Amino acid sequence: MSGIVEVDGLAKRYDGGFEALKGVDLSIREGEILALLGPNGAGKTTLISTICGITVPTDGAVRVGGHDVVRDFRAARRMIGLVPQEINLEPFEKVRDTVAFSRGLFGAPRDDAKVAAVLEALSLTDKAGSQIKELSGGMKRRVLIAKALSHDPKVLFLDEPTAGVDVELRRGMWEVVAELKRRGVTIILTTHYIEEAEAIADRIAVISKGRILLVEEKDALMARMGRKEMVLELSEPLDALPPALRASGLALGADGSSLRYVYDVHAERTGITRLLSDLQAAGIRVRDVTTRQSSLEEIFTGLVDHDAREAAE
Amino acid sequence: MNWSAVAAIYRFEMARFFRTITQSLVSPVLSTSLYFVVFGAAIGSRIDQVEGVPYGAFIVPGLIMLTVLTQATSNASFGIYFPKFIGTMYEILSAPIGYVEIVLGYVGAAATKALFIGVIILVTSFFFVDMTILHPLVMVAFLILTCVSFALLGFIIGIWAKNFEQLQLVPLLVITPLVFLGGSFYSISMLPPFWQGVTLFNPVVYLVSGFRWSFFGTADVPVAISLVAIAAFLGIMLAVTAWIFRTGWRLKQ
Repeated sequence: MSGIVEVDGLAKRYDGGFEALKGVDLSIREGEILALLGPNGAGKTTLISTICGITVPTDGAVRVGGHDVVRDFRAARRMIGLVPQEINLEPFEKVRDTVAFSRGLFGAPRDDAKVAAVLEALSLTDKAGSQIKELSGGMKRRVLIAKALSHDPKVLFLDEPTAGVDVELRRGMWEVVAELKRRGVTIILTTHYIEEAEAIADRIAVISKGRILLVEEKDALMARMGRKEMVLELSEPLDALPPALRASGLALGADGSSLRYVYDVHAERTGITRLLSDLQAAGIRVRDVTTRQSSLEEIFTGLVDHDAREAAE
Repeated sequence: MNWSAVAAIYRFEMARFFRTITQSLVSPVLSTSLYFVVFGAAIGSRIDQVEGVPYGAFIVPGLIMLTVLTQATSNASFGIYFPKFIGTMYEILSAPIGYVEIVLGYVGAAATKALFIGVIILVTSFFFVDMTILHPLVMVAFLILTCVSFALLGFIIGIWAKNFEQLQLVPLLVITPLVFLGGSFYSISMLPPFWQGVTLFNPVVYLVSGFRWSFFGTADVPVAISLVAIAAFLGIMLAVTAWIFRTGWRLKQ
């Protein structure tokens, strides 16, 4: 089955010669939240801009709901809502008017009740009659989302929706995204906040230097590449690791009061049992044990570094 | 064809006009009244008649053209430049609309504003001079053609401009001189023969001449040539606009 958005060999070379996209293939499933993760300059915004028609592709094709975004752009774009990264709004326009404007622009008939409902969903009802310039940064960002949702898009692109937004507002934004997913909207969001992808995405695509490095279910990705770290708090500090334990992969903490052990959750043998019996044999008493799953951030950094090393070779 | 998008852009642009209705209307009316006082009363009292028309009335078509050309150009150039400047252009580019809708919306609104101001100046001028319009339908046709083709010119300038200086440059350096030298305040038959010849390369001459003919039945160049000239100008503007959108020049990367 083909996805609601199909990106096929998409390439973009800017006039200056910079290759922002080097043959991107990506299939986005209907109803999912896909996080497009990558460092600054990886090509996230170019990819979104090309799908949405703001940038002209050098090569390759994109279909949204089966419609080619170049040849059949009207049908394709009607399905898309775009929330840009920059807060670009006409300062003197009223909130209600700018949302109604977007709705009209996307070919939907005038519907004041619909505009009011979109504003309500984004907690903007009491600002409907205010000029944009009177709003706070967080509100302006919600206005951008309201504009993008005004014509009931099937696919919503959020380009760095929480960049420069405080923690509370970020959580609010995640709730909005979750609610949209419940209503069946397919959401593609770009971010370089790993926690964001970890918190709300179903699948994660990692992009770096214009290439998609991987696309995978978030949970599978975390599990597949997940490493765990175990920290053992010692009752008595040690000056050095006893010789019997040196081969075990243990590392002594800076003040000698803890031991750190890193292992792969999916390995046949994690080595934990042996480690614990070795500790007992060495007469080391453990006061407390904590374990921590490595975050997506570490996975991501590892991937991008690995890619950079390969490119250098 | 996405008519609701045309309506949305048109309404948005007209809302800007009505938001600043005072400066949109007061300044052209005021400056026109000043022209009447200076040219009509002070200078006109010494000129008396041009081609059988009292000088005060003679300058009315030229004054309307002067304002309509400037307003159509500056309104359209600002209308499309501003979204580029503040970044809201992304929405226009990602919307399910082609260039026909964009041009109809922006150019239609700019032409409407210019037409509006043109009519107000015409009404104002009746307070200063006594005159009758001989060919009202031709007058309206000239006015609308002028509004539309110069709004298109403004639209092209707005897309071309990379900063506010460039946005002001063409109206200031090209349009104002062309209008002043285009027979707005005099008949070109009043010029020495050499300059009469040079003047025929000025497109505004044909506009003002044809427009004046619709008022008084007298013209510097035959009215048919005036109509052909303005139609040709409109055609060129449409062709340039079509090329801009086909190539995405200064709009898309």
